[in-house]
Amino acid sequence: MEWSILQQYGPLLLSGFATTILCWALGTIFSMILGLLIALVQRYAPRPVGWVIQAYIEIIRGTPFLVQLFVLYYGGPLIGLRLDALPAGLLGLTIYGSPYFAEIFRSAFNAVPLGQIEAARAIGMSEPSIIRRILLPLGLVSALPALVNFSIILTKETVILSIITVPELTYQTQRMSTETFRYIEANLALALFFWALVETISRVGRRLEKRVTRHLTERT
Amino acid sequence: MPGASSVEIRKVNKHHGQFHALKDVDLDILPGKVTCLIGPSGSGKSTLLRCINFLDEYESGEIRIDGQLIGYESPGGRKMPARKLREMRRSIGMVFQQFNLWPHMTALGNVAEGLMRVRGLPKAEAERRAKNALEKVGLADKMANHPSRLSGGQQQRVAIARALAMEPRLMLFDEPTSALDPELVGEVLNVMKTLATEGMTMIVVTHEMGFAAHVADQVAFMEQGELVSVDVPDKILHQPKDPRIKAFLRTYHERNSF
Repeated sequence: MEWSILQQYGPLLLSGFATTILCWALGTIFSMILGLLIALVQRYAPRPVGWVIQAYIEIIRGTPFLVQLFVLYYGGPLIGLRLDALPAGLLGLTIYGSPYFAEIFRSAFNAVPLGQIEAARAIGMSEPSIIRRILLPLGLVSALPALVNFSIILTKETVILSIITVPELTYQTQRMSTETFRYIEANLALALFFWALVETISRVGRRLEKRVTRHLTERT
Repeated sequence: MPGASSVEIRKVNKHHGQFHALKDVDLDILPGKVTCLIGPSGSGKSTLLRCINFLDEYESGEIRIDGQLIGYESPGGRKMPARKLREMRRSIGMVFQQFNLWPHMTALGNVAEGLMRVRGLPKAEAERRAKNALEKVGLADKMANHPSRLSGGQQQRVAIARALAMEPRLMLFDEPTSALDPELVGEVLNVMKTLATEGMTMIVVTHEMGFAAHVADQVAFMEQGELVSVDVPDKILHQPKDPRIKAFLRTYHERNSF
């Protein structure tokens, strides 16, 4: 092992890590928002719209992210969609993650007791108010553990962005390996960076969960 | 109570899939009167109650509140627009078996919510009225508690306050004490009795025969989706003629004797 090599490539790896974090954070936020919209539309839209959305969910979930990204980045220009690597990567992550988030939200909304929604209807609350004041707060709380879990899975999907030359951490460590033949050091660094990121997310997630459920659990 | 509502129910029918849940139900409820709906489970009492504020949609017949048809634009016509239905629901309070408080809000928040979102009152005014409503059910000291920190009886009283704060002219109670531990039933029934003496129109689905006997102005007995009989409590509970009522009361007494 030659750790001095890491010192030499440190700045490169750090910039790669920053890009990884950026891709993960934006990709997670965008796909979560899209997933939330999908779940809401699915809940309230008429049947045929629901079928179209269900088809989208099945197609995206049924195909590898690698293939989706290839189609988007190399196939996109054929239909006039010419994106740089980073925006293409973010769009890819957003599309890839959205159906999973949509399913998380769908089941979380279904877990909100119907009686609590009927209580709101019974006093004359409008559906938008019910969504904002009852369905979303309660749904988001019960979805939180699954949301954190899937956003952790998404950290590791960002490595695939390296194949369309997004300069994220994997891309940079590969560059380091090929330039120095230090494969073990490079991959160990890669693993450590990811472990640090995932550990941070999961800690923040647990604290958040504790905070938002503090009034919901029965205490005797 | 000024402005207590009347309810007219005419030839109402409702199916749950193949199951005929309500069969040509007729019932009149006069302003300021208390009506108890009794009968075996699955007889359609709760369904009938839920049709009155259109949480359950009846298919034919008419339900009129103060003469105004609920749910449909005209008898057998199109459904009424959501906005109009919401307007009618504002003056109909409902209390559920499972309380259905919103667990992420305090007792005060639960009561103030409708005042802010439906009545459009500013927060301070909504909270002032919510506090008054909670005082009325004896829970002013619990207003900062979330439902998870309240007993079942307290939760149900908050739920009643939530409905009362909207200043309803009609109150619907769907087995309000059935989910409560026996020692907590009394506090809820007391609030309901007070409400009855103040002249609120109340429709109560209940298995509390004592409440029906002492508080109700009329008792309606339902079985298998039919309204079998409606009369003053004494006639239904003590001098029943219909064999179905007799059988129901017999099993009730057997269950409650020791």
